[in-house]
Amino acid sequence: MSLLRLERLSSGYGNADVLRNISMEVGAHECVAVLGANGAGKTTLLRTISGLLRPGCGVIEFRGLRLPGVPHRVAAHGIAHVPEGRGTIGGLTVEENLLVGAYTQRSRKQVEADLARCYERFPILEEYRNRPATYLSGGEQQMLALSRALMSRPTLLLLDEPSFGLAPKIVHLVYEAIRRVIAEGDLAVLLVEQSAELAMSAAARAYVLKHGEVVGAGSRDELRGSPGLSDAYLGTAGHHA
Amino acid sequence: MLEGLLQVIIDGCASGTIYAALALALSLVYKSSGVVNFAQGEMGMFCTFITWWLNQQGLGLLAAIAGGLVIAFLVGAMVERLFIRPVARFGEFPVVLTTLGLFLVFNELAPWLWGAENRAFPSLFGNGVLAIGAARLSAESVGTLLVMVAAGSLFFIVLHKTKLGLGMRATAANAMSSSLSGVPAPRMFMLGWGFATVLATLAGVLIAPRLFLDSSLMLGVIIYAFAAAALGGFASLLGAVVGGLVIGLAETIASNYVDFIGSDLKILVPLTILLVVLIFRPTGLFGKSAERAV
Repeated sequence: MSLLRLERLSSGYGNADVLRNISMEVGAHECVAVLGANGAGKTTLLRTISGLLRPGCGVIEFRGLRLPGVPHRVAAHGIAHVPEGRGTIGGLTVEENLLVGAYTQRSRKQVEADLARCYERFPILEEYRNRPATYLSGGEQQMLALSRALMSRPTLLLLDEPSFGLAPKIVHLVYEAIRRVIAEGDLAVLLVEQSAELAMSAAARAYVLKHGEVVGAGSRDELRGSPGLSDAYLGTAGHHA
Repeated sequence: MLEGLLQVIIDGCASGTIYAALALALSLVYKSSGVVNFAQGEMGMFCTFITWWLNQQGLGLLAAIAGGLVIAFLVGAMVERLFIRPVARFGEFPVVLTTLGLFLVFNELAPWLWGAENRAFPSLFGNGVLAIGAARLSAESVGTLLVMVAAGSLFFIVLHKTKLGLGMRATAANAMSSSLSGVPAPRMFMLGWGFATVLATLAGVLIAPRLFLDSSLMLGVIIYAFAAAALGGFASLLGAVVGGLVIGLAETIASNYVDFIGSDLKILVPLTILLVVLIFRPTGLFGKSAERAV
């Protein structure tokens, strides 16, 4: 049975639907990418799943249950969403940001252990633990955002363009961390990214969005072999992304 | 002269903490809901009336105050839930208008329920005088100061040392990210309004014995509190406290030592300080220029 199942989902802002008739599935412990040019509806998709947007119609099922459509309740179901632009909680320290990530966790011991694990994964966060999070560089903030999401022990992790605004060298570091998290095998990932090459370095398969609709899907190799699809997600946006 | 100065400073700090409490209430709501609650003073006045009424019903003063503060929490939380949250999705301006409406509602509700005449509100600390050396300090001022320092410390401990406080601060800083992490943001806003109203009521209960209790109890105080909050930079809780103390001290010192000010012109003092500070630092002493998480 799939972990997350979307069926004929429509969603958008006000009366304008950005997403139309989306159906997709994510299995347990699987990393799936959502590819598409700027404005294809990738961010809208993640926002709808995590409850920031209300779907117009259609079904979102998580472990066979309908999601409540309210962000903090969706989070309590085990879905962690790292939003576009990282969503650092400014004014709080690095460690406080991580503790906010563990807000749904009850056991203090477990939170301590998870915190230690975060610091082990990204030693830089331990070094800066008492600094205001806004003082971190873009790459460090992305590591913080990823760690904050992991602090909630999610079953499904939603990542919205983790490479956004980062230098290539830093992107490499961030993706290395993402691949490591996936390899640990505790969770499933739905990864939104503009760069197909980057996304497919972590994901085994992908859906391709164009103008708010799923225009294709396939494994890494299938996508590579399909020039029609790569046109859809590379488009013209691919060159300046 | 020096003994007199100590007395003036204690009196100024006592007034200052009252302004600080109300300013803290204003910035607490401002930080979480992003709006200035113009009804904050009136909500405090209304709950001070409830405290007075509980006392009239035969409850001891301390028990009445405790009851009044609990009710204040509920009043604040309910106002957020019933009146603010439904209009919040239309933007900030409708919320501000709603708080102005609530100002009138509470201002009229109190005399309607309890009559329009002035009431004497009993003091917690009596009219005693403490003599320290040659200095004579009023028990009222010293007591107010101690209660407010204790309340303020408790408040900051809750905000900085508890999970609830972490949730409130996180929501105030970035409501979206916090809710994505599982912090129930709507409940945090509601609690913020509840705590703010408790602070406003505490200010009301401590100021009422000096004035008379009627529906205009807070009108004078709220101006000082607004000045204090603006002085500190509306979004800074620490700023609200410092702003309140500065204004309380300045008011008391000026009215005692500057002949032409006296007690008639003393309201000009906080406003003048505010004007001067805002000319040089438009964001207040502790304010940061608007920063937005993208």
